[in-house]
Amino acid sequence: MVPTSAVILEMNSITKEFPGVKALSEVSLQVKANEIHAICGENGAGKSTLMKVLSGVYPYGTYTGDIVYQGNICQFKDIRASEAAGIVIIHQELALIPELSIMENIFLGNEPTRFGVINWREARRRTIELLARVGLADDPDTPVKEIGVGKQQLVEIAKALNKSVKLLILDEPTAALNESDSAHLLDLIRGLKSKGISSIMISHKLNEIEAVADAITIIRDGKTVETLDVAADGVDEDRIIKGMVGRTLESRFPDHTPTIGEVFFEVKNWTVAHPQIADRLVCKGSNFNVRRGEIVGFAGLMGAGRTELARSVFGRSYGKYLSGQIIKDGKEVQLRTVSQAINAGLGYVTEDRKTLGLNLLDDIKATTVSAALKKITHNMVINDDEEYNVAEDYRKQLRTKAPNVDEGVGKLSGGNQQKVVLAKWMFTDPDLLILDEPTRGIDVGAKYEIYGIIQKLADAGKGVIVISSELPELLGLSDRIYTIFEGAITGVLNKDEASQESLMKLMTAAKKSA
Amino acid sequence: MNALKQILGGNTRQFGMIFALVFLVVFFQIMTGGLTLTPDNVINLFNGNAYVLILAIGMVLVIIAGHIDLSVGSVAAFVGIVVALTMRDWHLPWYVGILMGLVLGALIGAWQGFWVAYVGIPAFIVTLAGMLLFRGANQAVGHSNTIPVGADFQYIGAGYLPEIGPNTGYNNLTLLIGVIVVVAIIIGELRARKAKAELGGEISPVWVTVAKLVLICAVVLYATYLFATGRPGTSFPIPGIILGVLVLFYGFVSSRTVVGRHVYAVGGNRHAAELSGVQSKKVNFLVIMNMSILAGLAGMIFVARSNASGPFDGTGWELDAIAAVFIGGAAVSGGVGTVVGSVIGGLVMAVLNNGLQLLGAGADQTQIIKGLVLLAAVAFDVFNKSQGKPSFIGLLTRGKGKAASPEVTADVVPNSTSETISHSA
Repeated sequence: MVPTSAVILEMNSITKEFPGVKALSEVSLQVKANEIHAICGENGAGKSTLMKVLSGVYPYGTYTGDIVYQGNICQFKDIRASEAAGIVIIHQELALIPELSIMENIFLGNEPTRFGVINWREARRRTIELLARVGLADDPDTPVKEIGVGKQQLVEIAKALNKSVKLLILDEPTAALNESDSAHLLDLIRGLKSKGISSIMISHKLNEIEAVADAITIIRDGKTVETLDVAADGVDEDRIIKGMVGRTLESRFPDHTPTIGEVFFEVKNWTVAHPQIADRLVCKGSNFNVRRGEIVGFAGLMGAGRTELARSVFGRSYGKYLSGQIIKDGKEVQLRTVSQAINAGLGYVTEDRKTLGLNLLDDIKATTVSAALKKITHNMVINDDEEYNVAEDYRKQLRTKAPNVDEGVGKLSGGNQQKVVLAKWMFTDPDLLILDEPTRGIDVGAKYEIYGIIQKLADAGKGVIVISSELPELLGLSDRIYTIFEGAITGVLNKDEASQESLMKLMTAAKKSA
Repeated sequence: MNALKQILGGNTRQFGMIFALVFLVVFFQIMTGGLTLTPDNVINLFNGNAYVLILAIGMVLVIIAGHIDLSVGSVAAFVGIVVALTMRDWHLPWYVGILMGLVLGALIGAWQGFWVAYVGIPAFIVTLAGMLLFRGANQAVGHSNTIPVGADFQYIGAGYLPEIGPNTGYNNLTLLIGVIVVVAIIIGELRARKAKAELGGEISPVWVTVAKLVLICAVVLYATYLFATGRPGTSFPIPGIILGVLVLFYGFVSSRTVVGRHVYAVGGNRHAAELSGVQSKKVNFLVIMNMSILAGLAGMIFVARSNASGPFDGTGWELDAIAAVFIGGAAVSGGVGTVVGSVIGGLVMAVLNNGLQLLGAGADQTQIIKGLVLLAAVAFDVFNKSQGKPSFIGLLTRGKGKAASPEVTADVVPNSTSETISHSA
């Protein structure tokens, strides 16, 4: 048995760069044996990158710094190598194959064989043993798609145990779980600790971290901020939040004095179910409104239901509509399709530019006009010249960096792609523009310009909704901020009463929530 | 080479195809001792391939939208036999027969489009089922017999422009069409140039425009000469006219109308298209339906040309059409391709076929060479991609990290047949 104080893992000065971005800079992490170590940080702080370095997803040589594990310097060249050493990562998106059985999944890639033939008897015997260890009573032959997410998470852990794991990495293990499943999972992690298996856990649910973690390392902007000892330092949620958001707000936003008019857009009792799982609600009776000239922020952690809300309002392009009203300019409107929503004056800039927002095969001009082709079509013929002119106007107005509008959007940088997408929606002349993560993957300079564009839109009397995971961005840009947690709107704060701490509390629905 | 590229316009792949086509024609002209560019052979080439080229027009739209249609040969055969039978048994005039064939094609297309667009079954499956279904239906309706068609109906498949006006020794109508095409090309080019200058776009030097126009017009006029000087009674064939009209129409629809844009949008990124207000189901339905209408038309032209409809008409057409589309620069993953490119791709195949036949190559050798050309054309695209140049076939692996590694693609690329294509392009 390893003494409790022994350090099992040390990551020293890990630096990892992607083209143009320094994702991790001199990050250090120390995990003791028999410890549950939480890693906290905002989205994009570098937590997942650090874990990918540790588990060999980013192989040795693509980063600098040392990984010392059980006293040896390790140079993992892939996941297999780190697993052989006893480090197993369970990703946020589960890596189980739905059509295969629990047993087949547990032994996938690790099948017990005799003379090259899979020994299913042995596999079954060990599966039953492993399932007992994680407290799962299901038949090993049950297909994984037939058990819930909570149980699937347990199967993942059983799979890790089968690889004689010594250090278990869990990336947002409870994100998709309901409360009782979460509690069971956390108990199991505690139980593993008592059996000598350490865990590293990434989670946004601070109450869980407070309850389960022995130590917490906080990462911000790719750097280690501090490591807290939960018992000794008397850490609570407020303390963690402070560490996570402790940056000062620089002048990263153009000066702006809003001119806010009356409420013109209102959503009432908006309830929407998951598109496949009918009894799972992604929006739970949400109410919100937008005034003319106002920039409204939506804060929430990933998976809280921000995008789902926006897309369901935007022509029911996500989920199954159950109930709720949309009132625009004092009249109830029915927006059943995206075209109806566009015609009613809504625009939606998607979160994921490359898979949802853009046809990367298109050029700038075709993209710019693609949501409002009618405006340049006369007698059923698209007017090429108008198309070119419109696109060229927006290119100049938004200062999109491209040689000309014939350039393919796939060749542009993230910031310029986003400008083209903005141009596309500006050309539809919407009254309400919803921007989902408008600055994700965009460098600081381009962010500033995009903030300027958003403010100009608001000044033109339009309503703008900004969904963002970056709290400083929301605080700097919005006139009012709604918070969402697990599909429900948990609060609304005016610009002057909102702070990162107050938002974070509402977003995580902390115990002392307002 | 760069100047040539400029003359022929920006699109690398299409440029490559035009070049390959010209190269092939010249190559066979020399190898056959001048037998390729004779009036009879050129007319024959058009007549014998018009139906495949018409299918390629529909197929490229299907492929741009991200689908495939395997049923076109069977649909063509089924429409052909129904039209032949009804005209014989109900004594319908030829134009009613054609109209009925088109309506029948539309109905079949609606059937297949319904399953693809609204039920969501992959087009591969739906049209594979259609391939069996309509082949069987053809043989059931016709009792596996050959049904002849009347002389007036044969005109659409085997007819020529009539002789009118003074006796010039040439076919006057063919000459007229040739001149109109030349004038249209010159006016179009000059207008495009002017528009570009007004918009402040980059305009190519005058000599480039002049050289381009001289080149294209020379080709058109030479073709006109060939068509106008065939055996007495022959001239520009009617299937060629139908094809020309369809190319113009679909080329225009695909690039200059809302529905055309939507086809590209759905194939390029269906989610993005839907979130921009495109009704992707409707687009898919229309594209599949359109394909069957054109298949019906192709079937009727074939029946007219061969004077009768038979139980084995149209076997393997789907593969010819698909090959033409991919040689013409479309991507398997959708979103990319042009009507003109596909027709050029079809012509490349047709010239190869014809030239090899003239050289006395057997069907076995012809097929092997055609197979290699198809592979080489696509391999060139993949190779281009691995060199960091834009390529679209590579988007097959979209979202799964890097494209095929260079070593793998380097192996596949140039061998003797692909040399012409890969280099020129």
